Amino acid sequence: MNQRSRLNLLVVQILIVSLMVALLGRLFYLQITAGPMYRDAALSIQSRDVVSPATRGLIVDSSGVPLALNKVGLAITIDRIAIDKQPDKGVEVMQRLSQLLNLQYADVYRNTRLCGELPKGQKAGCWTGSRYLPIPITKEADSDIALQIVERSDQFPGVDAQPIAIRNYPGIAGVNGAHVLGYVGPLTKSDLAKGDGKKYFRSETIGKSGLEITYDSYLRGIPGIRTLIVDRKEAITAQGQNTAPISGDHLVTSLDARLQAAVEVALADAVKRGRANGNTSDSGAAVVMDIRNGQVLAIASYPTYDPNAFERGLTVQQASDLFSEEKSLPALSRVLQGLYAPASTFKSVSVIAAASAGYNLNASYSCPAEVQVGTRAFQNFESRSHGTMSLKKAIAVSCDTIWYRIAFDEWLRDGGLRPKSNPNDYFFKAAQSFNITQKVGIDLPSESSSRLADRAYKKSWYQQNKDFYCNYKDRATKAQQTPFLLLLAKENCVDGDKVRAGDAVNFAIGQGETVVTPLKLAQMYAAIGNGGTIWQMMIGKAIVKSDGTVVKTMIAKKLGTLTASKETLDFLHGALREVVTAGTGAGAFAGFPVPVSGKTGTAEVFGRNLNGSLKDNTSWFASYAPSNKPRYAVVMMISQGGFGASTSGVGVRRIYETLFGVKANKLIPGAAIFPDGKPPTKLPKISPATKPKVAP
Amino acid sequence: MSQISARQRLYRRSRISIFHGFDPVLTIAVGLLLFIGTLLVYSATRDWYSRYGLDPQYYLKRHVINIAIGLLLVYGTTVIDYRLLRAYTPIFWGLGVLGLVMVLIPGLGSTVNGARAWIALPGGFQIQPAELAKIAIIIGMSMLLSERTHDSDEPTSRDVLQALVVAGIPALLIIVQPDMGTVFIISASVITIIAVSGAPSRWVAVLLIVAVLGAVVATKTGVISDYQLNRLQTFVDPTADTQGAGYQLRQARITIGSGGLIGTGLFNGPQTNGRFVPEQQTDFIFTVAGEELGFLGSGLIIFLYLLILMRAFAIARRTSDPFGRLMTTGVIAWFAFQVFENIGMTLGLMPMTGVPLPFISYGGSSMFATLIGFGLLQNVHARSRG
Repeated sequence: MNQRSRLNLLVVQILIVSLMVALLGRLFYLQITAGPMYRDAALSIQSRDVVSPATRGLIVDSSGVPLALNKVGLAITIDRIAIDKQPDKGVEVMQRLSQLLNLQYADVYRNTRLCGELPKGQKAGCWTGSRYLPIPITKEADSDIALQIVERSDQFPGVDAQPIAIRNYPGIAGVNGAHVLGYVGPLTKSDLAKGDGKKYFRSETIGKSGLEITYDSYLRGIPGIRTLIVDRKEAITAQGQNTAPISGDHLVTSLDARLQAAVEVALADAVKRGRANGNTSDSGAAVVMDIRNGQVLAIASYPTYDPNAFERGLTVQQASDLFSEEKSLPALSRVLQGLYAPASTFKSVSVIAAASAGYNLNASYSCPAEVQVGTRAFQNFESRSHGTMSLKKAIAVSCDTIWYRIAFDEWLRDGGLRPKSNPNDYFFKAAQSFNITQKVGIDLPSESSSRLADRAYKKSWYQQNKDFYCNYKDRATKAQQTPFLLLLAKENCVDGDKVRAGDAVNFAIGQGETVVTPLKLAQMYAAIGNGGTIWQMMIGKAIVKSDGTVVKTMIAKKLGTLTASKETLDFLHGALREVVTAGTGAGAFAGFPVPVSGKTGTAEVFGRNLNGSLKDNTSWFASYAPSNKPRYAVVMMISQGGFGASTSGVGVRRIYETLFGVKANKLIPGAAIFPDGKPPTKLPKISPATKPKVAP
Repeated sequence: MSQISARQRLYRRSRISIFHGFDPVLTIAVGLLLFIGTLLVYSATRDWYSRYGLDPQYYLKRHVINIAIGLLLVYGTTVIDYRLLRAYTPIFWGLGVLGLVMVLIPGLGSTVNGARAWIALPGGFQIQPAELAKIAIIIGMSMLLSERTHDSDEPTSRDVLQALVVAGIPALLIIVQPDMGTVFIISASVITIIAVSGAPSRWVAVLLIVAVLGAVVATKTGVISDYQLNRLQTFVDPTADTQGAGYQLRQARITIGSGGLIGTGLFNGPQTNGRFVPEQQTDFIFTVAGEELGFLGSGLIIFLYLLILMRAFAIARRTSDPFGRLMTTGVIAWFAFQVFENIGMTLGLMPMTGVPLPFISYGGSSMFATLIGFGLLQNVHARSRG
């Protein structure tokens, strides 16, 4: 062998050894370094988890009446694996089936496709679960039809009928409760992607809104998992773990089914009343709470929808109606998401402000038709002059001009447009002590924050908007370039960060930039009624197992205390009582046997409706009762409802009639929702068969 | 005493054993690979075949028969002095080329996985002439480059050109099939033999350049069919084709990776039993080892190959016969690059081609060819002492 051959042989040897070492290195990487990752990947290839859903826990009211339960439905299901084996991929079977079930073939086709199989934009109705689960086409099949399908299995390969649990909102006592209860639906990819630490299983049914979502982790239970090991042809080769499902726990709420139903009716009637008086009355909200502990006894929003529609499967029409502006967005819960100017109901705040500013609450004040504030005249409601009166009377008849004067004087004392470095801000501070910008903390998703137009708000608003107003001519659309708006823009640019005189006087009567949710106003009036405690609002009371074991109790927190003296609150109690006996609320509550205290509010709203009409006033009535020993706060709001008293005031009276058991101005013994005068504290026995008590 | 031992020694030397002259390390390593391969072929097919109502030992039986035939071939190639093989080389080569021409004739050749590489025989048997052509090329080239018809101690350019013709004709026929994996292995062997033959270095350089250019041209023009290109593309981007070649490569990697250090145990791999990797008893058999035997078992397989190759290098160095040395070098290159291509493919280091794993994969032609190659190594080893 010559030198070159010898050398080349060595080179070849080194090369080949390196190749073998490279293989070993790569093998080490795949099996040891990346081994766990590949093991997971292999597991997902080989194993199929078949999830048998757990029975979802019930949602019951405070006396055990079920608000949400599970019903047995008859589901017609399609097995994708089986129909895909048909020569035509199951087209004929699905056509025959849709004819029999009186469904559209296109819907059946789409319902049986995995979402990934459909092109973008056509995914609505796709199956979010696994390919290996029978896919339900309908959950409420007629048993005769189901029998036909099972008997003619040769004509319906892969189609099966089986009883399944469906979530049902039974509507006992006429309860709708759509916004508060929520609904359930199949787990979607975005639920999985949320990564909120919850462990989900594909094809699980989970809460999608309302209490169903807040307490989902308790209600859902733990589904049973059967892991199957499959081969490339999807044949089962072995069985892995097999765990039985564990039923979900039950949610006991502080709601009362009968009261909830009555509140819903009273709200709908109030909307009708508003419309009968010529107002648009597009929507509304009402809430009843226990002012001693923050528990919500009834909560309603109008317009509403059928809570069972989701489980039945929304039609395209139903789905678009839910979010349709013309239908006033039934999906939106006004009671916790709607923001409205509180109007005269806010004068309770102004009373506390005036008291802390040193105004004599027992003195007499003049209530002229209008008050000059700087260069502008601010009118009384309907420009009526009431002459000289006590402050109490001024609350009762809802005089605005007294408040304009006090607010304007205080604004001037604080320095006007050039505020002192440490202004008194009596009005802002009184409002702040109600924790207005803090959420009420209710156990429902997506609560809106109320807004307080104080100095801090003005500053942050200016930071976000000064660019727009200072370059208004360039930034605004043609339609926005009216002389009035141009002038407004100029003002906003110059001193938009400052509280102007107009802002100050509007603040005192609950107009302007301050907006609150109906829940927030209920929380505020509850605080006035209970002597100053601001309670978190809660609907859930406890999580209970079927055997009665209490898993968890939910207790509302004290969020704050009003900074108002006892004298001020006493005065306010008297004034709010006089509203109902001799003031704006007297008509609505004429002859009512239980003493009620409250305040009307009629808020001006700017802007126009879709049909071009000017928006009508927001109608409010905020109250608590019984006045001598306050226990409940009731608030009703009708958007574009007109007068506070006639629309909402009467509505609140209806609610109190049910609550206290009043018929024809008489207390009927034993007819009250809570005959002991307070909501039950003991947790009820849970049974889907519990019936509400019938009033005598 | 000393007389007795001397006689015994004489007796031992004169006794003609069938293991006479066998390199023990080489033999044990190949024997272990054959044994492991048999278990892996069985594991790759047992579950699936019994699940679908077929004979679970169908492949096992055939594999054992293949090994038995292969061992007879080993015996045959070992007992005949390899130097006598030279006389038959033109016949081997001619038969190999004839086989490669026959697979291209419609009706005779059958297509498996896009390559027209097989001749169907009666009884469900098939032979793959390309496997045997590898041997013909190695022996033919070794002969031409070791025989001197002139005074020079080293092969001249003329010898190299002759050798290239001997390799080129079968190689072109294999390109037509197309079986790019085998072409790659043959090219590597050809360049290795020429490099070790002592031929002028410029030939090695030129051939390396030609090989690289050839690969580039083949992918750019239509010489490589869409099918082949697809396999190459999925090598570059495994997500490009989720059901075809890319699927196979990804499944292979997942299967091997899931084995971890010690594997799932023989016959216990869910990926293997579910047959998620196609061709897992033939070209993708290494995935079975990866999953069921883990890094220890599949690493052992690579180590055994390394051992075989190291012994073969030792044989190549020890022999004084240039023909034997070149033939050994050719067999080394063949085994090494076939192992690297096959395992590299399953590990995602090499593009996907259809070459079997020597001594392990199921398949008669490959088993026969690699065992003949083993026999040739032993033959050179046995005759290098005297």
